[in-house]
Amino acid sequence: MIYEGKQKIWSEYQKEIPDDHYFYVRSCIRQSFFPASEATFLDITRNVLGKDIFETEHHTTCGGIAYHSDTIPQETVMTIIARQFALMAKHGYENYVCSCITSFGLYCETMETWREYPELEAKIRENLWKSCKLEFAKPKFLVHASDLIYKYRNLIAAQAVRKLVNVHTGEPLKVVEHIGCHYSKMFPSKGVGGAEYPYVLVGMIEAWGGEIVDYPERRHCCGFGFRQYFIKGNRGYSLSNTHKKFESMEPFKPDLIITNCPGCPYFLDRWQYVIAESTGKTYGQDGHGIPALTYEEVAGLVMGYDPWDLGLQTHQVGVEPLLDKMGVEYDPAKKYLGKDGKDLGSPQPCACLK
Amino acid sequence: MKNNILIIGGGPAGLEASAQLQRMGYNVILIERSAKLGGHLAKWDRLFPDRVPADEVLGGLLRAAEGVKCFTDTDIRAINRLEKSYNVRLTNGITVLSDAVLVASGFDLFNAVRKEEYGYGIYNQVMTNADLEAYFKTGNDKRIENPKKIGFVHCVGSRDEKSGCRSCSKVCCATAVKQAIEIKQAFPQAEVFCFYMDLRLFGRHYEDLYLEAQKEYGVRFIRGRVAEVSENYDGTLLVKAEDTVASKPLKVTLDLLVLMSGMRPSASVKELGEHLGMMVEEDGYFSVRSGISAGQRSPQPGIFLAGAATGPKTLPETLADARAAAMEIERYLTEIFPDARNYKQLVKERW
Repeated sequence: MIYEGKQKIWSEYQKEIPDDHYFYVRSCIRQSFFPASEATFLDITRNVLGKDIFETEHHTTCGGIAYHSDTIPQETVMTIIARQFALMAKHGYENYVCSCITSFGLYCETMETWREYPELEAKIRENLWKSCKLEFAKPKFLVHASDLIYKYRNLIAAQAVRKLVNVHTGEPLKVVEHIGCHYSKMFPSKGVGGAEYPYVLVGMIEAWGGEIVDYPERRHCCGFGFRQYFIKGNRGYSLSNTHKKFESMEPFKPDLIITNCPGCPYFLDRWQYVIAESTGKTYGQDGHGIPALTYEEVAGLVMGYDPWDLGLQTHQVGVEPLLDKMGVEYDPAKKYLGKDGKDLGSPQPCACLK
Repeated sequence: MKNNILIIGGGPAGLEASAQLQRMGYNVILIERSAKLGGHLAKWDRLFPDRVPADEVLGGLLRAAEGVKCFTDTDIRAINRLEKSYNVRLTNGITVLSDAVLVASGFDLFNAVRKEEYGYGIYNQVMTNADLEAYFKTGNDKRIENPKKIGFVHCVGSRDEKSGCRSCSKVCCATAVKQAIEIKQAFPQAEVFCFYMDLRLFGRHYEDLYLEAQKEYGVRFIRGRVAEVSENYDGTLLVKAEDTVASKPLKVTLDLLVLMSGMRPSASVKELGEHLGMMVEEDGYFSVRSGISAGQRSPQPGIFLAGAATGPKTLPETLADARAAAMEIERYLTEIFPDARNYKQLVKERW
């Protein structure tokens, strides 16, 4: 591997990311999959770094899941997006940051389509006015929430209480990065670092002291792939994609997987359980799995958030070996307590996955 | 006194035209922007289809051009069109009054780094056709240590609209087949794969070369493009491609991957075009007066073109083009240029 070669490519795929003043839209599914990730993003950006990140309860889905499942017309999905943009403009913002990768891809696709076909944009304006009596302004800057954490990575590093380092050996943790397909594979210039060697997550890991693992199936889909999973008969295909990735990364012995997509950490996490229970194979050390975390969760860990406040107990793969490596203090007894201290009940132990 | 002729570019086309024009008695001034004459030929080891040493061919060209005034490390600083001639200021401080100018600016190899998915400059075991020629020439490249499996990727920066290179480079298929044979000769136990879209082997003996590669050397030709390249834990390469004949995706582990970088217009074309007021076509190569009947004449009277300045060419084509350009210059300087009174009318009728 020639690191300088990657640096050269990274230097060609840099995007302008304003420092402050964003209109934030959440993901439909992340709040159920990883309930504390978006809250952590808002806490870090607003309360720790003092940034102006505005959100409103009136925003909706972007329609991305329906769009990529071929169940919604493109003009309808564009009108939904136009309404989001109208809310941004109404609240006086020009910079738009979204939590979901699929949304980000769809916003990019919509804005590029409008650029190519201005008559379609005009029609969507008309649709929005007829349906909602709203007018929209396109964002001056469109970024994904991981772009912002990338932008703030050194600020976060400056306030970090620990690094991505194995406290027992002093060695940097080996981290696999996995970006969502819709982040830059459709429009390489819209993602930090491009599509082939994306830098957005690599930059965070480097800033926080970890070591990136580049393995052969790095570019491969996590296994979500919409119709691979949504259509029940295709789920074996979804699983085989994930299995392929883990087989490929196994020789590199990664400590952690970091992701920036709603689906990727979910599938990379849950399918490890299925693989373990159906074949007996695990990919972490001593029968454990490899924790697949969101970038907000990783940022929270280095900044000293309590792992259970970060929602790490909602992952199928146990994070305790990782926490031990990082020297994170945690109370095992509080793992399944709610915010009010109420016992939420523990899941049944797995037969194979520790 | 015979006319001055300025030749821009000291590669095969510039050298061949220089020799021909000098033989005709003209005063030839050859400028080359790099430090050495010979262009890409000087960096190549052997040439398809017969694998003659490139040094021999270049040596012949240089001997034939002996006596030509050559300035290396020299470029054009400014050029002014006079009534009929060109006043050219060179970067070495010399000014030349030239009655005809021949542009033989050649080509650049496609920068394989731009095909990011192939990993050139990222993965250690990925190299280009030019790197492999350098290895054949010097026997020295740390990437090549008894490789067991070697792949060649055709059409890297050729026939690829995504990277802005629509045209076929003409020479890469034959070069890949030649290099596949040569690497088999160097490492007889190695398995060699060629990943191709179409094999465009049109010249005399080229088909023989292709059959030789298959029958005598067992080179495997796979019709399909490589999708992506990545690096395994042990440093070998994982190459994903499609075998369109078998209609199957293919995954193979290789010790070495050679990218056949195609021909691109020389980086000097833009600057030269501005100096000379010459048009460049969409593909980046210079326009000619007529692609069929006046392929060596530019739209500007007195400015001629030869070799890869007007598009990808094989070496024999380049040399033939240079000779044709010399003939065209001779015709211009004897039939049009001397008649000062009717010059404009003659240009209109015969250029």
